[in-house]
Order: sequence, then structure tokens, then C-alpha cells
Amino acid sequence: MLESPKELSFEASKMALDSAGLTLKDIQSVVSGSAPDAFDGVHMKGEYYLDGMGAIGKPHERVYVGGGTGVFTPIGGWWNVASGMYDTVLCVAEEKMSPLHPHPQYAFWSIFDQILERPLGTTLLWIFSLEMRRYMHKYGIKEEEIAEVAVKNKGNAIDHPSAQLGAKITVNDVMNSEPICSPVKRLDVSPPSDGAAAVVLVSEKVAKKLTDEPVWLDGVGWTLDSTHWTNRDLAYPEYVEKAAKMAYKMAGIKNPRKEIDIAEPYDPFDYKELHHLEGLQLAGKGEAPKMTVDGVTQRDGDLPVCPSGGLLGVGNPIAAAGMMKICELFWQLRGEAGKRQVKKDARTGVAQAWGDLMQVGTVAVMRS
Amino acid sequence: MSQKITSYPGHEITSDELKEGKYLDIQYKFVPRYSWAAGVAISRFLDELKEGRIVARKCSQCERILVPPRMYCEQCYRPTDAWVQVRDTGTVNTFSISHVGTDARRLKTPILVAVVDIDGASPGMGILHNLGEVEPASIRIGMKVQAVWKQPSERQGAITDIRYFRPIEA
Ligand SMILES: [Zn+2]
Repeated sequence: MLESPKELSFEASKMALDSAGLTLKDIQSVVSGSAPDAFDGVHMKGEYYLDGMGAIGKPHERVYVGGGTGVFTPIGGWWNVASGMYDTVLCVAEEKMSPLHPHPQYAFWSIFDQILERPLGTTLLWIFSLEMRRYMHKYGIKEEEIAEVAVKNKGNAIDHPSAQLGAKITVNDVMNSEPICSPVKRLDVSPPSDGAAAVVLVSEKVAKKLTDEPVWLDGVGWTLDSTHWTNRDLAYPEYVEKAAKMAYKMAGIKNPRKEIDIAEPYDPFDYKELHHLEGLQLAGKGEAPKMTVDGVTQRDGDLPVCPSGGLLGVGNPIAAAGMMKICELFWQLRGEAGKRQVKKDARTGVAQAWGDLMQVGTVAVMRS
Repeated sequence: MSQKITSYPGHEITSDELKEGKYLDIQYKFVPRYSWAAGVAISRFLDELKEGRIVARKCSQCERILVPPRMYCEQCYRPTDAWVQVRDTGTVNTFSISHVGTDARRLKTPILVAVVDIDGASPGMGILHNLGEVEPASIRIGMKVQAVWKQPSERQGAITDIRYFRPIEA
């Protein structure tokens, strides 16, 4: 994008304020989210983009848990409101990955252990391919089944006006795409992106004044595992399960498979959507691929998953991608998602993001 | 996007347009230098690698044998108790054939990479390393492998003192 991080933040924040019928004067605090400073090459990014975020002279905090940041940003906003400190909070997530050359992937090299792992020539793609392979092995999953997720999400993204990679593709296209880091192929992966997304969070009493159709943030959860990722069960994201259970408990959800109508799990790679559906307790272990093949997760299915088009289709501006999922649930739960609107009457949704060294789960439950 | 929003902001630009100079971009190179302390546990681990041995730390409360070693057990949240030598053999937990390097540039010869669960440590205690002396198509999860060490004179007290892991003949 031509826009700078400040400009991207401004555009998203302004749209969120307009949507809520508010101006910056009405906002008491700002929570921002953005992933590694290394993308921009601007250390103290949170202070740099501050004015674009509308945060001058206001209490502002930047939250950061790698790829989990996008869903963690509204969780930070929730703390502001739930603590009773503020009634109106602007939550903005921004990412500009394009400045780093020759490829934004390079920034991820420095998240690995500097003594034991970086000397081996690591790339972030390794951990995804290692995890995908282990997941396939444990449950006997085929690459073709996983590819169905890329087909669905890129197809869904055709209807998203901000999408970078919306496309009609086939399982064969995915299977025949360039092997990047086997079993990961070119079309299994989301692209690097620039973008921003924002929401306004307000207290219950303010919400009722602003709209007759509020969407409530009813449950939040987040947990992290250690960076000892090679000591972990790579076939199942236990940290996502813990975060999900925390959020479900808060939202009073006892049976997520019955009570969740729509899900936006983090899908930087196609198998991750499946992994996360299982961690979110929306599918049994190793069962999410079959749900996908059976069409359950299509927009007209019983459990629409990533109706937005997800990271695979809309793009993956890291922090903004997680927040994009929060925005999608907001529109879906209000029935205003237009061409992307799911067929069922969706009242309860869950968004989830994930990140760092396969160790972060951030989860938000939303209701209309 | 909501159906209520009919136009959205943003100007998409391509890398070709940038190369052609259609937009101003400022180039900058930041070359920092660091000197990392390896820490108490990993310093000993590296010293032992130099001698051709892999060592772990044992927690006597949960009885786990931890590789890479740490001076505290993160589960029991107490100091670990003893150094334990583990073997230089293990099992492939998972693997990948990487056609890209650190900065996503394509490689002529793929790197074979694996998580190897180390024999003598607790189940699932793996380390990241490379595989060698094996055809990519014949690598399997569950394959038994052994470290191939550099010559003692070439070792530097680094994870790369192990050149790679190779399959053990059945
Ligand atoms: Zn212990």
C-alpha cells in the first residue's frame, strides 16, 4: 500500500468511528496492536503511529503477542472497559510488512532461539511445515483435505472488497503449486500484506445509547506456552484450548459445538484453520478436515468458518488480520455482511488468533 | 466490510511500480551487532557439544529430563537438580524439506529439517536440527537417527558442532 502506518491507522480508525457515529472527542482511551517492529524498521512503533491511531493526549497502550495481537487488541480494550476505567475505547490494529527486503519473512528469523536455532538457517515456514506434517501424521490427514481450506477461503475472499488474494481455485491448483517447505506449498500460505482494522468498544450503558443492535464482546481468553516449541505436542494446540475455555466460561458457553454459530479462526496456513477449529473445541481432534470436505464450514454450512475469506484470501497484515476477524463477526452478527453473509441466523461467533513460536492463543466470543 | 460501506480507502501499489520509481521510497540498511550470553544451562550444553556429548537437566520433582537443558523446571517452577548425559541418537518427530532460505529466497539444494526426539530424555523432548545422508523421499516420521559430529578440532561449542542427524542402519 502507498499509505504509511500512520495513514493506514487513520483510515481504519475513522471508518470505525463513523460506523459507531462517534468522533475522536468521544473516545476516552486507545488500545493499539502491531506485530514486530522489524517489519517497519521503526523501533517504538507504538509511539510512531500514535497520531494516526487518534491517541494523542489520551491513555494509550500497545499490546503485542506476535500473530495473536489482532484478537489481543480488543481484549486490551475489554480490560479498559471492564475495569470501569473508561466507557469508550478505540481499538486499532495496524501492520505494514512491505518495507522489509528482500522479504518480510526475514523478520521472523529473529524470533527463533539465537543460540540453538538461528545457526541452522531457520525460517518461520519451517515450524509451519513441521507442525503440518506432525498433524497429518497423527490423524492420517491428506494434503488434499487440507487444501480444501485454501480453496474455500480464497473463494470467500472474492466477496471481500479489501481482499488481496480472492480467487476461484481448485484442490489441484493447491497441490500443483510450488513446494515451498514441504508439505507446505505456495497456495497453502497467506501472503505478506499491509493493512489496518479498527473497532470501537464501549460500556453497556453507552452502547445502548448508540445503537439498537449492539454486538457484545461476551468472553475473552488468552494463554501462552513456552518458546520450547520442539518439546511440545505439535499435533494439537493446547494453548488455544486453554484460551478458548477461558473465553467460553466467561461467555457462559457450555457446549461450543452447539452454541457457536460462526467462527473466524486464524488461518495463516490452510492447516492452521483446522488445527484451531480443534483447539477451539469446534471439532474433535483430527476431525476438522472431514468437516471441511463435507462442506460444514462453507458460508451456507452448519458452522461457517472464515466467511470473510480469512488470511488466506483477504491477506495477512499480521495484527490487522486478527482484527479483521473481529470486524467480520461484527458485520455477520448484525446481518450486514452483504454478499458474505452466512445463510444461518448467526447470533454467537468466535474469533481467534495465534502466533509467536507456536505458543499464543487469543480468543474472543461475540454475540448479537 | 459492511454492505453499509460503499467505498473504502487505500492505494494498492506493486513492487514493479516501486522499482520503476513511480513512488518515492527511501532505502536504509540497519546492521546491528550483538553478543549474546548463552546462559548458565546452554553454556554447559554447548561445552558438552564441543566434547561430542548431548546433556540434559533433570527435575527430580516431575522426573522429566529436559533437552534443551534449563536451570529451572518451568512446570514445577523450581530449580532443576542434576546434569544427565543423554544419547546422540533419537527419533524423527516431524520433518520438512525446505526449498527456501532465511529470507524466503529459493534454494538450489533443499535443506532437510527435523525435530529429533533425543534418546534418554523424556518423551517428546526434541531439538531442531538438520538431516543428512538421506534421500528426501525416504525420510519418515519415527525414523531412528544419529548425530554426525564435526571433527573435534572443528568444533566451536555450537549447535552446528553436530553437522546433521543421519538414519541409523536397521
Ligand atoms: Zn519439574
